[in-house]
Amino acid sequence: MKLTLEEFLELLRKYNIESLEGIKIEGDLEIEIESDNVDVGTFLASVAHELTMAAQHITNALRLLGYPVESLPTLPQVPQPPQPQPVVEKIEEAGAPSLELVKAKFTPYKVEYPNAIQEVQLGATKSEGGSREKVVKLGGEKSLPFYLFDAPQPNLPVISIDIFDRKIPLPKAVREHYGDVMEDPAEWAKKAVKEFGADLVTVHLISTDPLLDDTPAREAAKVVEEVLQAVKVPLVVGGSGNKEKDPEVLEKVAEVAEGERVMLASATLDMDWERIGNAAKKYGHVVLSWTQLDVNSQKTLNRYLLKKVGLPRDSLVMDPTTAALGYGLDYAFTNMERIRISGLKGDTDLAFPISSGTTNAWGVREAWMKESPLEDESPWGPRELRGPMWEIVTGLTLALAGVDLFMMMHPGAVAVLKEVINTLGGKVKETIEADDWILMEE
Amino acid sequence: MKLKSPLEVYKYLPQTNCGECGYGTCMSFAAHIIDRSIKPHDCPPLVKGAEENPDVKKKLEQLIELTSPEVAEVVIGSGDSAIKIGGEDVLHRHELTYFNPTAFFYDVWDTMDEKELDERCSKVVEYKKFYVGRYLTLEGIAVRCTSNDPDKFRKVVKKVAGYGKPMILISLNPDCMKAALEEVAEQRPLIYAATRDNWKDFLKLALDFNVPVVIREKDLDMLKSLAATFKQQGVKDIVLDPVTEPIGEGLKGTFERVIQLRRTAILGGDKDIAYPIMITPIAAWLVKDADNITKAYWETVIASIFIVKYGDIMIFRSLEPYTVMPTVTLRANIYTDPRTPVQVEPGLREINNPTPDSPVFITTNFALTYYTVESDLSSANIKGWLLVLDTGGLGVEVSVAGGQFTASKVKELIDKTGIEQKVNHRYLVIPGLAARLQGAIEDETGWKVLVGPTDSGRIKGWLDENWPPKSKE
Repeated sequence: MKLTLEEFLELLRKYNIESLEGIKIEGDLEIEIESDNVDVGTFLASVAHELTMAAQHITNALRLLGYPVESLPTLPQVPQPPQPQPVVEKIEEAGAPSLELVKAKFTPYKVEYPNAIQEVQLGATKSEGGSREKVVKLGGEKSLPFYLFDAPQPNLPVISIDIFDRKIPLPKAVREHYGDVMEDPAEWAKKAVKEFGADLVTVHLISTDPLLDDTPAREAAKVVEEVLQAVKVPLVVGGSGNKEKDPEVLEKVAEVAEGERVMLASATLDMDWERIGNAAKKYGHVVLSWTQLDVNSQKTLNRYLLKKVGLPRDSLVMDPTTAALGYGLDYAFTNMERIRISGLKGDTDLAFPISSGTTNAWGVREAWMKESPLEDESPWGPRELRGPMWEIVTGLTLALAGVDLFMMMHPGAVAVLKEVINTLGGKVKETIEADDWILMEE
Repeated sequence: MKLKSPLEVYKYLPQTNCGECGYGTCMSFAAHIIDRSIKPHDCPPLVKGAEENPDVKKKLEQLIELTSPEVAEVVIGSGDSAIKIGGEDVLHRHELTYFNPTAFFYDVWDTMDEKELDERCSKVVEYKKFYVGRYLTLEGIAVRCTSNDPDKFRKVVKKVAGYGKPMILISLNPDCMKAALEEVAEQRPLIYAATRDNWKDFLKLALDFNVPVVIREKDLDMLKSLAATFKQQGVKDIVLDPVTEPIGEGLKGTFERVIQLRRTAILGGDKDIAYPIMITPIAAWLVKDADNITKAYWETVIASIFIVKYGDIMIFRSLEPYTVMPTVTLRANIYTDPRTPVQVEPGLREINNPTPDSPVFITTNFALTYYTVESDLSSANIKGWLLVLDTGGLGVEVSVAGGQFTASKVKELIDKTGIEQKVNHRYLVIPGLAARLQGAIEDETGWKVLVGPTDSGRIKGWLDENWPPKSKE
């Protein structure tokens, strides 16, 4: 029988245990008992007897597991006793008092989460009923992103490049890379995959917007078919963001792309999410559940999709909203980090892969404006270099919060973020001597 | 800190509610201890009592011990420009907040051309970037001894000290370091670095000159051993450099060392390594066969990773705007206190030099909402007047529902800003999410209210259809 600390505490509460005094728990948050038939009294006695860490540990561990520590019986504040430190390397110096190096061993504090993030596959191969040559798997994490020392990370984050079904205004630094293909979504998709290394492509059917071209759903869906022909990577398909029209458009897309396991982007609380969810369920796709920087709304929409629509758990990805560097990135980061930690701790409504609209970084004036509109700021420098950096830092920050899928635009930013992911993910073996900067003369 | 609730702190206080501290009650004082806005020494009776009564003294000492941050706080520099690093209590900002923003230092070296040195130092001193109503600046200058000549190093350090910024002195040679310290020790520079080879000399320097010291070591057992030794010998102000390896497996290893150090300090209560952590993104400049832009980009990448994850102080090379802007901005984001909603000043903003014909918009003073609307309007080249309503830092939807966005407050704002004298019409565009206030605002203000889109990104398309209004009253 293996008992997590959380279950253990549940037991304590169930048996109305008033005080934890004298009970000590090991730092690895797991208690193992030999037999299944242990009564709680004996169990507690044995725990009290055998385990040997300071009571402070419990409080820390509880906080880690998200337990409201205040609601538990007050723990005695035990100052850590000074640990005896064996002495080595006694060095005598002529004329100086002897100095001894205190020998200490660093023992990393272990953290283990009880839950794993749901794995979700995008794209389907021929044998799976689709026509993709490559599929993409998201999720499966058992700890925080790139904490490979805690647990292996089965799927590193992937990058999708955004393309659009009509020409749209883009910042100069981005536009110059796509100027030749912006009239043709299929060519645009090819360029994104072949030249810029996109793991998948996101087709935004913005022409369906009643305020733009109001393209009928049936016609817009043809673009998706063309792109499916043009590239062999999985697709994400977005509507225009129009709450009335999107469900109709995405439903049609689901139908024409049957079996391809595309991700339908997106269902939101203020539109007919049920229709989008049902279309995904019927034609074997994945739904992107999009909420606005609020963990409770995210939980609600996920529950609706899972419980009311009956969407399978392996068909849901979340977009908790990406606010860009300097313009709410702190909210986006903390919101995603909290969602991820909740998922790992066992909140099954939130244990799904996270997607980020990192392209949002280009909406920020620091990314695209030629120079600062304010006179007394330090100069902003060339925007060709500033813009991609804005997209990279926005993405990289959110990678550390738990994003599994980035939707991006600038090829340079895509390449750098990919290198970061591969480096922290352990895929880049090369390394260099790190001391030389101290003396470098340039 | 070990104590987690005001009630636990309260037990150590006089419990007389005397008010001498400036707070009404001891419980209120206790709450401020918990949010770390004050320290135990801010309780006058406790301090006074401690001078007279050994029992009270013990209580005060216990309280200080139990409320001190998990990670030691280290001061670098002196006077007004002094900075604090470390002092952190949590692993994730939402658990409380991060306290002392990562300090940014930029390198110069003692064999560098004098003119270039002046230029770099001036750039560090003068840099400023506007962010949410204030200016972001850079903290200090790191002087490297590349000459290996104590006199040379002493002279250059003295010169750099003239810029009045906190300094990191960099030399593994104790003779050079000693020469520089004889010149500037009073300005409390951070000395870099004690290593497994030179630690005895650097221990002596740290003690003799009473300056904070960096311990540089990749092996965490050895790093802990060195830190424990320094502590045992009486050095309080220690910074740990677990060595920033710039690429590949090395960078992955650096990431692991930094996380393990901080996690073990905060959750494991290991006081021997509970010190601020130094990261040296400048190591990116060692990458071979890369141009300067690539190196600067990678330096920014390394810095960004560790601004998010526990880097308390950093040494940089690049002073280019495309690297400094994103890093100072990221730092401002990560170190924003999540407990207080970020607000902007309410009032009237002029977007793109509006005329009396231009539309009047209204939004809330929640910084995120405000900056979104403001940047959507400016970037779409829309000329307009933007009224910013004080909703206590709440967004549109929440404040309409919660009663912070009301018709009478809109009326007050219109009167206070004098917008009626600036425009030749009486049309107010309200956010789509505030649509239900349309009638109430019309009744209260006498203005005609137009309901705009729910997303300010769509204002441009909306204006094409709806502005100027079809019939002017």
